[in-house]
Amino acid sequence: MLELVKELCALNGVSGAEEEVRDFIRAKAAPYADSIRTDALGNLIVYKKGKKPTGNKVLLAAHMDEVGVIVTKITDEGFLKFDFVGGVDRRVAIGKPVVLGEKKVPGIIGLKAIHLVSREEEKKVPKTDSLYIDIGAKDKEAAEQLVELGTYGAFVGTPEEFGTGLLKAKAIDDRVGCAVMLELLKEDLPLDVTFAFTAQEEVGTRGAFGAAFSVTPEVALVLETTTAADLPGVEDHRKVCAPGKGPVISYMDGGTIYDRELFETLRDLAEDNHIPWQTKEYIAGGNDARTIQRSKKGIRVAAMSAAVRYLHAPASVGSTADFADMLRLTRLFLDRMAESC
Amino acid sequence: MELIELIETLNTAHGPSGDEGGVRAVMEHLAKPYADEMTADTLGNLIVRKKGSGPKVMFAAHMDSIGFIVTHIEKEGFLRVGRLGGVSPKEVIYTPVRFKNGLRGVVVPEEKADFGKLKLDECFLDIGARSEEEAKKLVRVGDTAVYDTAVFINGGGSQVFSPYLDNRISCAILLSVLERLPAHCPNDLYFVFTVQEEVGLRGSRTAAFGVDPDYGVAVDVTDVDDTPGSEKSGTTQLGKGAAIKVMDSSVICHPAVVAKLEELAREENIPVQRDILRAGGTDAGAIHITRSGVRTGGISVPCRYIHTPAEAVDLTDALACADLALAFAQAELEEC
Repeated sequence: MLELVKELCALNGVSGAEEEVRDFIRAKAAPYADSIRTDALGNLIVYKKGKKPTGNKVLLAAHMDEVGVIVTKITDEGFLKFDFVGGVDRRVAIGKPVVLGEKKVPGIIGLKAIHLVSREEEKKVPKTDSLYIDIGAKDKEAAEQLVELGTYGAFVGTPEEFGTGLLKAKAIDDRVGCAVMLELLKEDLPLDVTFAFTAQEEVGTRGAFGAAFSVTPEVALVLETTTAADLPGVEDHRKVCAPGKGPVISYMDGGTIYDRELFETLRDLAEDNHIPWQTKEYIAGGNDARTIQRSKKGIRVAAMSAAVRYLHAPASVGSTADFADMLRLTRLFLDRMAESC
Repeated sequence: MELIELIETLNTAHGPSGDEGGVRAVMEHLAKPYADEMTADTLGNLIVRKKGSGPKVMFAAHMDSIGFIVTHIEKEGFLRVGRLGGVSPKEVIYTPVRFKNGLRGVVVPEEKADFGKLKLDECFLDIGARSEEEAKKLVRVGDTAVYDTAVFINGGGSQVFSPYLDNRISCAILLSVLERLPAHCPNDLYFVFTVQEEVGLRGSRTAAFGVDPDYGVAVDVTDVDDTPGSEKSGTTQLGKGAAIKVMDSSVICHPAVVAKLEELAREENIPVQRDILRAGGTDAGAIHITRSGVRTGGISVPCRYIHTPAEAVDLTDALACADLALAFAQAELEEC
């Protein structure tokens, strides 16, 4: 599965422009799907029958989109003003390369030269509107040949394995969830499963709204990543979780209080099968579960995540063993769901 | 049962947001004698139906309370916690708390913390455990705790002090309405005791979708402007009667519902005041935008010190709220 994660991370799919990722997943999923559709919001919804005919009972969800930038203005000098799409820490974006639009125009996020920065300014992180993207255009006209207002840009980062079983890549959030689902699609499933590859999670779990409403499952498992802060100088109770300690099974985050029984089911499955697991030791963040849970008359939700450092940065870091354990644990979860109905 | 007894009973039950099993069991037991049908939905909302042939009216009172959830166990046996709902660290330091299994502890700020800007992750719970190992025998990460403070009322008075009047007082009010309803009621009534209100009106949203009502009435506490140095984010006063909600930050009440409640108050001589709350929402916020929209209003109990370990309401206001809810339940309502 690791190769698949790398392939997926290398694709660009900033929220609202998920085509490249969706096309790739659709091609991979099609041979195994009983039905496959793209809905109005851009979610890719794949249905695969399993041994037990359970219809729409179980939904697995992972989002295809990633954070990035969007062009908001082209200056007379040919520089691009932009805004971030999704939650990006400005501190990590400065000086980083991006590629813009379908033509993959290269650019650099730049800022004022250091000799022009005042003592006061030095103490603060520059505001987004003081940053710009340099695409090397000589003037506005030249820039307009390459991009237009609304053109999306994605971070650049080649996936690489390094250190003790770690992967560095952009968009591990949430291509790892997509990879787990694609792997499962290839297998014989114990029950019918709907796989929702959702759009626009990073801008407020928007795609999941339409996906959950149309599928109306009883139970949903969200396969995700979550922020790890196991860094030097961080107190233990603020570390949240750590790569390499197993899938993160959540009881609560900033968006959802998870179904207690499903949380315990996942926890017990991990313990009974000697799969390492951890939970989020800090309440923060949120994911598609918050929207899925509150769809129609309510849906029971659980979430399993890979712990990832520098989550929305051009280089995020996760553990390859955790990715493999997510797949194993999801497989066991589906078996348990099949047994219980 | 008297309102004060109901409050005392409900306060012994465990029910912070997302972990309402304890309080739901008590509510089920108390509502059962008066229910034609009773169900708990996927998220845990308790839906008590009293059948009628008229329009569907959904009364909602949330049964969850704010509280704490264990996020981390320190090597020395102290617990770190996250907030369930609007817990303000400054208001809860040195408050005794209680877990579902009866375990008790106290919220303590770190000595180095700046009290003016106190954050919850600079506080911890002391449960008297001497090590991580000892603590882990008593609690797990994900366990929840609630304020463990006293309920009291001064002799001859009607002002009750208690934790979690938000919103156990409204659960008590709706239970008393159920108790007082005649055998045959014109409207099709759904008394919904919702979950996860304090973390963002989550339960009422799915409950309202399931019930699909014609009218919605949220019963909840509201802020007052009658204390020294008040910032006047509320408009109500203790002892001046039931508050008819006009708006809060989650809803602008349907004018027909506001008018009907005011008309009923006049006819039945129920003391009322108007409630405009600038900071805070209620289940009405989720109910009114369900499906193609629901005519929604609110009946509010004026409450001091909301979300602190010692909230205060006047029981005469609560009785007025019960009278008003009872009148609305039986009122002739326009078909929607």
